[in-house]
Amino acid sequence: MRRLKFGMAAAALLVAGSTLAGCGDAGEDGDGGVDVSAEDDCDGKFDDGTPMAELADAGSINVGVKYDQPGLGFMDAGSDIPTGFDVEIAKLLVADLCIDPEDTDAVNYEETISDNREPYLESGRVDLVLASYSITDERRQIVGQTGPYMVTGQQILVPADSDVESIADLKGEEVCSAAGSTSLENVNKEGAVGVPAETYGQCAEDVANGTVPAMSTDGSILLGLAAQYDGELKVVGDEFSEERIGVGYSKDEPEMCEWINGVLEESFENGDWEDAFNATLGGDDVEVPEPPALDECQA
Amino acid sequence: MSNNSVLFDTPGPKAAARHRIYTVLAVVVLLGLLAVAVMRLADNNQFEGRKWEPFVSPVYIERFLVDGVLETLKMAVAAIILAVIFGALFGIGKLSEHRPLRWFSWLVVEFWRAVPVLLAMVLVFYVWGIDRGDTGAFWSVVVALMLYNGAVLAEVFRAGINAVPKGQVEAAYALGMRKTAVMMQIQLPQAVKIMLPALISQMVVALKDTSLGYAVAAPGLTNVAKLTYNSPSNGQNIIPTVLVTAGLYIVMNLILTWIATWVQKKFVGEKRIDVAAAAAGQD
Amino acid sequence: MDVVWENREAILIGFTHTVLLFLIAGIGSLLLGTVIAAMRVGPIGVLRVAAVIYVSLVRNTPLLMVLLLFRYGLPKLNIKFDFVDIVVPTTAGDIRLNNIFTACVIGLSIYTAAFVAEAIRSGINAVPLGQAEAARAIGLPFGGVMREVILPQAFRATVPPLASVQIALIKNTTVAGAVGVVEAFNVMRSMTNNYAGSRIEIFIAFALIFVVLVEVYSFAAHRLERRWRIA
Repeated sequence: MRRLKFGMAAAALLVAGSTLAGCGDAGEDGDGGVDVSAEDDCDGKFDDGTPMAELADAGSINVGVKYDQPGLGFMDAGSDIPTGFDVEIAKLLVADLCIDPEDTDAVNYEETISDNREPYLESGRVDLVLASYSITDERRQIVGQTGPYMVTGQQILVPADSDVESIADLKGEEVCSAAGSTSLENVNKEGAVGVPAETYGQCAEDVANGTVPAMSTDGSILLGLAAQYDGELKVVGDEFSEERIGVGYSKDEPEMCEWINGVLEESFENGDWEDAFNATLGGDDVEVPEPPALDECQA
Repeated sequence: MSNNSVLFDTPGPKAAARHRIYTVLAVVVLLGLLAVAVMRLADNNQFEGRKWEPFVSPVYIERFLVDGVLETLKMAVAAIILAVIFGALFGIGKLSEHRPLRWFSWLVVEFWRAVPVLLAMVLVFYVWGIDRGDTGAFWSVVVALMLYNGAVLAEVFRAGINAVPKGQVEAAYALGMRKTAVMMQIQLPQAVKIMLPALISQMVVALKDTSLGYAVAAPGLTNVAKLTYNSPSNGQNIIPTVLVTAGLYIVMNLILTWIATWVQKKFVGEKRIDVAAAAAGQD
Repeated sequence: MDVVWENREAILIGFTHTVLLFLIAGIGSLLLGTVIAAMRVGPIGVLRVAAVIYVSLVRNTPLLMVLLLFRYGLPKLNIKFDFVDIVVPTTAGDIRLNNIFTACVIGLSIYTAAFVAEAIRSGINAVPLGQAEAARAIGLPFGGVMREVILPQAFRATVPPLASVQIALIKNTTVAGAVGVVEAFNVMRSMTNNYAGSRIEIFIAFALIFVVLVEVYSFAAHRLERRWRIA
C-alpha cells in the first residue's frame, strides 16, 4: 500500500502547513475604497410607506454586486466586503439610508452574475443592483433602472506594438471579453470573434501574453487595465457603443428612482463620485470623466 | 501488479547492467524535466512572495478550508446520498417485472448517463436555482451530480443485486416470502455490501465534478480558487493557486480512496464484482 | 423547437468543435496512455514509480483544474499554444483550431491519458499468464513480449474499459467550453442566455445530440469488441 502512505504523508503535510500558517498577511490590508460614513438621522427623512423608509427602519439592505470584475465589483477571497466602483456607489446609497456600508451584518452584498440580475430584483432577493448593469429598454420592461452613474463606450485594448487602430481592423480576429457581457455581444456584432473569459483581468492577461490579439470592453475599464501593465498595452479606437451603467431596483418600488437620482446628483456635486472613481478605476494616467446626465424618472 | 514478473525474466548480469543504465537515464530525464519546470516557473517570477502569500495567510487558509474544502465535501456527500437513493430506485426499476417500469427506468438511466454533467448543471441552475442565490447554485450542483452519478449507480445496483446467489432468492420464495420482502431483506442488504467500494469510488468522481459548479457560480473549492487568482493584489497567481487547489483535491480524494479500501477490507473481504467496479470510478 | 432550428448553424459549429476536441484528444490520450501503461508494467523501477505517481495525481485532480492550468496558467510561463492556428471557413461559420483549442486538447489528452493507462493495465492483466510465459520461453525480451504478444491482446481486452474512458472524454469536452472553446456547451449557454423562454427545449436538443454521439460510439465499440473477442 504505497499509495496509502503517500496519502497519509500528504495529509500530515497539510496539517503541518496549516499549523505553520499565520506568517502571511494577504487579504488583511483593509478593504480598499473610500471610507463612507452613514448618515445618522433618518427619522422622518423618508415618507412613511416608501421602500427607503422601510429599509432605513429595518437597518438592513441587500445589494447585488459583481464579485468577479476587479475595479467594478470584486470580492477578494481574503476580505469580507467587495470592492470596486459599483460597490463605492452602492455604499453612497446605503449610507444615505443611515446604514453603515462597512457593517456586514447590516448590508448583505449578494453576488449577482449577468444572468440573474433581473430574477433577483423581481423576487426581492436584493433591493438594489449595482453590477455593471447597462440600462436597456428591454430590461426596463422587467425592472426599474435609473442613473446612469457612468457612461462609457466600448474601445479596444491591444499590445503597445500592435498596429490595430479600430474594431474594424479586427474582423474575423479573436477579441476577448467577459463571458455573458454585452461587450462580448457587441464584439460579435462588429464582425470579430468573441472569446469569452472569466474576467476582464484574464482578458488583459491574454492580450499581454499574446493568446488573443485584442480585448474589448468599456474604455474606463481598459484604461485601468492598461495602467496595471505599465506601457505594455494601449487603448485604441473610437468608442463603438455606448454603455450606460445604472442602478437596478424593483419595478414595484418606483419611489426608489427619485431617491437614487438624488443621491447620485449629490455625489456628482460634492466630489464623492470622483473619489469613488479615483479609488477604483482611476490611476495615474486615467482622467476622471465628467459625471453623466441622469435620466428622468418615469412617473 | 500481480503478474508483473511474468512479463520479463529476472534480469541476468547483462540485463541488470542495462537496466541500471536505463534507470540512470530515466532519473536524469525525469529530474531534467522537473528542473526545466522549476526554471520556467522561476524565470517567469512564479515564486514571487505575494503570489504564494495567500496560502500562508490565516484569512485565506480559513477561506480555503471552510468555504472551499468543507462546502465541496458537503456538495459531494449530499450528491452521493441522493445518487444512492436515485440509483437504488432505478436499479431496482430496471429489474422490475413490469415492462413499462423497466423501460422507463432504462430510459432515464441511459439518458442521464450520456448527458454531460455540465449541461445538466446549467439546466437545473437556470430553470430552478438562479433566483435562489448561493443555496440555489449549491443545490443545482448537487441535483445535477445526483442525476449523473445516480444513473451510474443504478447499473451498479443492478449488477450487485444480480450478484446475490440465485439459490438464496429461491429459498426465500420457498419460505413464502413476498417479492418486496425478498428484495428488501435478502437481495438489497447483500448487494449494498458488495457495492460499497464501487460506491465510494463513485464518490471520488462526484467530488471532482463539484468543481464544475464554476460554471454556475456555485460555492466550493474551485470558486475560492477563482476569487484568489483573480484578485489583483495577489499578482496574477493562477499557477500557484491551481497547484495548491489541485493538491487539496488530491488529498481529499486519496483520503476517500483510503477509506474505500479500508471499508472493503472490513466489510467485504476480497470478494469483488468486476461489473460494478468497472462501471463506477469512470468519470 | 423553432429556436433550435433557427440556430442550427451555430449548433453545428459547436458540435464540430466538440467532435474535433474528442477525436484529437482521444488519439493523443491513447498514445500517451499507452506509454504510461508500458512504464507502469516495465522492468525499470524508477519509471514504474513515475507512472504510478502520474496516474494517481492526475486521476484525483478535477479536469477543470487541469484545463485552467493549460488555458490560463501556462501562457504566463511563456508556454503558448499558438503553433496551431487553423481557421476553416464554412458556410455555417468558422471552425477555429486556435491556441485556446490547442491548450484544451493538450489538457484533455494529459488528463484522459491517466485513465487510458489504467484501462490498458487492466487489459494487460487480463491476458492469460501462459501467453507471456510462452513468449518469454521462446526468448523474446520485454519489448518483444509486449509488442508481439501482450499488447495486441491487451488492446482487445481493453476495448470495453477504454470505450468507457472515451465516452467520458466525449462528455468532458464540455469543460473546455467553460474556458472559452466555442463547443457545444458554450453554444448552448449563449443560447439559453438569449432565449430564456426556451431553455428546457434547448437543453433537451443538446442533450439528445450528446446521447446520440455516446450511443453511436458505444455501438461501434461493441462491434469492435465482438469482432476482436479473444478466442
